[in-house]
Amino acid sequence: MITLLEAKNITKRFGGLTALSDVSLTIRKGEVYGLIGPNGAGKTTFFNVLTGAYTAEEGEIVFGGTELPAGKPHLVVAAGIARTFQNIRLFREMTALENVMAGHHIRSRANPFSILLQTRQAKEEERLITERAFELLKYVGIERFADTVSKNLSYGDQRRLEIARALATEPQLLALDEPAAGMNATETAKLRELVQTIRHDGVTVLLIEHDVKLVMGLCDRLAVLDFGRKIAEDVPAEVQRNDAVIAAYLGGHAKPKKGAPA
Amino acid sequence: MNELALAVPYLGKRHPAAARWVVIAIAIGAPLIAVLFGKTWVRILDFAMLYVMLAIGLNLVVGFAGLLDLGYIAFYAVGAYTFAFLASPHFDIHLPFWLVLPAGAACAAVAGIILGLPTLRLRGDYLAIVTLGFGEIVRIFLNNLNHPVNITNGPQGINMIDPLVLFGWDISRPLKIGDEITVNSLFLYYYVFLAFVVLSIILVQRLQVSRVGRAWAAIRDDELAAKAIGINTRNMKLLAFSLGATFGGVSGGLFAAFQGFVSPESFSLMESIAVLTMIVFGGMGNLAGVIIGALALTALPEVLRYVAVPVQQAVFDRVILDPEVLRMLLLSLAMIFMMLLRPAGLIPAYSRYSRPELVVGKAASGEAGK
Amino acid sequence: METLLQQTVNGLVVGSVYALIALGYTMVYGILGLINFAHGDVLMVGALVALEAIRLLQIYAPELGLVPTLLAGLAISVVVCMILGYTIERTAYRRLRNAPRLAPLITAIGVSFLLQTLAMIIWGRNYHTFPQLVSTVPLEPIAGVFITPVQIAILVVSATLMVGLVVLVNKTRLGRAMRATAENHKVASLMGVDTNKIIAATFIIGSGLAAVAGVMYSSNYGIAHYAMGFMPGLKAFTAAVLGGIGNLAGAMLGGIVLGLVESIGAGYIEDLSFGFLNSSYQDIFAFLILGIVLIFRPTGLLGERVADRA
Repeated sequence: MITLLEAKNITKRFGGLTALSDVSLTIRKGEVYGLIGPNGAGKTTFFNVLTGAYTAEEGEIVFGGTELPAGKPHLVVAAGIARTFQNIRLFREMTALENVMAGHHIRSRANPFSILLQTRQAKEEERLITERAFELLKYVGIERFADTVSKNLSYGDQRRLEIARALATEPQLLALDEPAAGMNATETAKLRELVQTIRHDGVTVLLIEHDVKLVMGLCDRLAVLDFGRKIAEDVPAEVQRNDAVIAAYLGGHAKPKKGAPA
Repeated sequence: MNELALAVPYLGKRHPAAARWVVIAIAIGAPLIAVLFGKTWVRILDFAMLYVMLAIGLNLVVGFAGLLDLGYIAFYAVGAYTFAFLASPHFDIHLPFWLVLPAGAACAAVAGIILGLPTLRLRGDYLAIVTLGFGEIVRIFLNNLNHPVNITNGPQGINMIDPLVLFGWDISRPLKIGDEITVNSLFLYYYVFLAFVVLSIILVQRLQVSRVGRAWAAIRDDELAAKAIGINTRNMKLLAFSLGATFGGVSGGLFAAFQGFVSPESFSLMESIAVLTMIVFGGMGNLAGVIIGALALTALPEVLRYVAVPVQQAVFDRVILDPEVLRMLLLSLAMIFMMLLRPAGLIPAYSRYSRPELVVGKAASGEAGK
Repeated sequence: METLLQQTVNGLVVGSVYALIALGYTMVYGILGLINFAHGDVLMVGALVALEAIRLLQIYAPELGLVPTLLAGLAISVVVCMILGYTIERTAYRRLRNAPRLAPLITAIGVSFLLQTLAMIIWGRNYHTFPQLVSTVPLEPIAGVFITPVQIAILVVSATLMVGLVVLVNKTRLGRAMRATAENHKVASLMGVDTNKIIAATFIIGSGLAAVAGVMYSSNYGIAHYAMGFMPGLKAFTAAVLGGIGNLAGAMLGGIVLGLVESIGAGYIEDLSFGFLNSSYQDIFAFLILGIVLIFRPTGLLGERVADRA
């Protein structure tokens, strides 16, 4: 197993509040890795540290053998980590196709001069970007909306478009922030398929989810955060048996856990 | 071009090719029609072309990248004064226009970067105020830099600026064709300016449908998401600022040469607002809208000048609303009512940042190459 | 040393006018997140209406004393500006409350220029002499510093109004509703606050203060003019940002600090720039301060809000 990402002793404070305390975790190449925890456990904070939106006070993140730049989201994307947002953030006035094409930004070269002069390379690159964007729309299953302005897409399709846009940055690690939030059962099932396809095609997936069922079914391994600390990291079956996890979750939810030892 | 053709009423959607010819015919024939109403109207058309260039440049910053710049006229001023410094008796330097105009453009671009570097982290409304302040600072300096060393000649401005001389041909002199026909220089300026406008349109469209244009639109629509797909928002904003400023600088240089003199008065806040109103009126971000907005709001006040003033004379025996007041009234009302009633502008249209026909219809690719 | 003291006094006077205007910006910004570009022009309307009212009073009620005439003119202009402020909010801003960010700002610019144009139509382009009903002749110098009765009046009136406003916001029902609305519109309206009314009230109060500021400004400089609102408006906005926009105490502090910097700076600019710049560059201070604050401390001196809501 090759390690793709290693977070070492991440601590993030907001004023007096410690949102993440000494969190370490390892994501292996090619897996679907889940990050769960009750509300306010620090999942989104970790996500934001990972993607460069926040700078952690302590610790570092090593990705593909090199340390990730802190606080520089665009360099994190260049390094090969793409993300989606919990509350979908598309480019509202652009069409679906253009959203994905925008996602190709860092993987394209044309500069203002070559664009103004319309050099052969610039033209060829533009054609290539258009072609790839179409392919990605097809990949997530919304190619028939290529020409639709993204704000007019349905909720589920907007999620798919956001994933396509993230994939356009050609990531090694795709980080999805609660992708199933607000989805109905059918949409969630389709999402599960899509994530599996993505993983199958060689992209490692980090999944932050509230929907425990989805995570258990989809992830190879997962970590559980509670009050900013990692309380477990293991395969789903083991995590489900973990006492600390049960305490953390059952403290909030009264639902009995499936598959608990009798 | 295509966007403009589409904007032609009736024909635009049905016969785009015909509409395109209509646009070309109007562009070329405009001064010939205008002159029927008097030479002043050709002059007004010349100014309209300058405003179109300004509007195209400002639209790059406001419409594409979503950065509200209220000091845009400062770049116009930089271009104009650069021209005046390098081609007038003021310092007794007379460089040819093909050196001076790029110099003005470059100075404006640098001014754009100087303004952009510290301010780009600011939110939209703060940015607006700071750019406004920048515009005012430039004007205050133009007004006062006549002592202790006389640089700008203060409020009097700089006179006797060299006209445009294209390859030895002074276009400020009437052109004689044979013995019969003389072409007034106002026409010559019109076609020169038109050429600049056409070039601007082509360049801006190339930018719009490119990774740069998409990056700007992305920043405008959602800056955080733009960062999250790897766009270096700071550099892209700087690029928008400096390219937008370049357009301002070029039109400023043309203005200086055409007018023959420059003074700080021409670069007041009101002018920045006027250009902004033009793009708001026509439709922000939409090239056709911006051009039509600029034409309409340059021409309308002039029409009012020649219509409303005599009417007032006849009815009230005196002029109650002078032309300048009418212009301000028109611009401010246009701005308010467009925002309230038709925020997408006169010609609401989705701007394209891609050419899907490059891939889908291989047959259509010949057409798209245009 | 005497110049410094003198400039300090002048700065305090100008600064307290800025502070009054800044309060209007900061209240509206606190509640709507809108830079009310037209605020400076409300000040201009206030000054010109007062001028007109005083002119008429002097013709038709010459037996009225100087101070009563001024007070009557002031009262009329405050009422007119309150109505104006309400009208602007009602017709131009209310419909745009949920529009994209730039729309209300552009509308506000339009309103600002519309007010200027209308004022130009009514009062012409010329500078009007503002009747100096309170003396502008300096009193006996104290420690070598000259101060005029009108300056004293300005200091007293603005101090009173500021205290009044602080009491209003902190101690009354209306004030509580205003703070609640500023905190969160939705929640406030769920708690039974009529947010539309509160926003209208904010505009009315701010415009009233602007009218007073306009009269004081014109009384101090002795002139009124259709474009006079622009500079004080912009400077007051700078003051609001300097103090921390959305924060009342900040607006007051910002106004005073800006007044001081400007007036002391203008006194020394020539020495500081080795004779290259002179006091005609005075207006640049405000812009420089604005730029520096926004870049290095966007929350201002007293601000705690997170400025970046992009």
